[in-house]
Amino acid sequence: MRASQRLASHRHILDALDRRLLRAIGLVVLADGVVGVSFGAIAVSGGQPAWVPLVMSSAVFAGGAQFAALYIVLGGGAPAAAALAGLVLNARLLPFGFAVADVLDLRWPARLLGSHLVVDESVAFALAQRDPGRRRAVFWVSGALLFVIWNLGTAIGVLAGRAVGNPDALGLDAASPMVLLALVLPALREPAVRWAALTGAAIALAATPFLPGGLPVLLALAGLAALAVPGARGRPRPDPEGGT
Amino acid sequence: MTILAILLLAAGTYALRAAGPGLAGRIELSERVRWLLSVAAAVLLCALVVTAALTSGPGFAGWARPAGVLAGGVLAVRRAPFLVSVVVAVATTATLRLLGVS
Repeated sequence: MRASQRLASHRHILDALDRRLLRAIGLVVLADGVVGVSFGAIAVSGGQPAWVPLVMSSAVFAGGAQFAALYIVLGGGAPAAAALAGLVLNARLLPFGFAVADVLDLRWPARLLGSHLVVDESVAFALAQRDPGRRRAVFWVSGALLFVIWNLGTAIGVLAGRAVGNPDALGLDAASPMVLLALVLPALREPAVRWAALTGAAIALAATPFLPGGLPVLLALAGLAALAVPGARGRPRPDPEGGT
Repeated sequence: MTILAILLLAAGTYALRAAGPGLAGRIELSERVRWLLSVAAAVLLCALVVTAALTSGPGFAGWARPAGVLAGGVLAVRRAPFLVSVVVAVATTATLRLLGVS
């Protein structure tokens, strides 16, 4: 009985994702895989033992924080400082977790497992969907694929070591902001959200030269104050044709 | 990197991630609060886009990356397919670097 239920829910997940969406997820996953390769390669060429990038990618599973922590250690910083910097960078995952809590309103094992898949991309993919079924499907599929590829990429990077070149030459550093931009655009069509987001982004940008990584992005939440401006108060429904 | 530091980072990160999903169902959030949370996520994502496109550490990232994101972003605003806008962003940045623009 349980098994047939599970089968039905799997079929539902695949039904909910059309081909265009799957292609979009595939592209993001591919780009992240390449970044994962560079993470593994940079770690071992910097002199870290192989287990360091491997354990980080599976247990931390947050690209920005992993690179930040790695660079601090490679630059001679204390491991505790590296962990702290990574945690500050990851503080945004707290509001992200609340934003996708509805898609993880499941039994405890699924909830605990799904929490580990809360990353920028899976949250952005989920937020771009209206329908609750699609939100849930896109969160799980993108999150799980990202986890697999991120770890696979890291392992490949560890094996390839110094042979891996600089992914920046391929322009891949433009992929991550572009992906998030494309995913957040539908939400920005609502004027109230747009004003809050633009105000927040301006604050984050202005703060970047002065604050350690991660904090400027958190300061962007001050942009939510723009919602209090008379006339900007939004309705709880962004435009219905949003979606990737 | 020590195993202790990695585990500290991993445990802290997991706690940040799991707080929202863990509390869901225990506390009843109003429609207004849930809407605010999704706006907060959009605000954070937007700030990530802008800082990741324009900055590298505390400084300017150079012209190639923001130019690529701008090119792809214009296409995305005009409702070009996701794939096209991302490929254009990456290709623009790579081409500019090939031409010597950092």
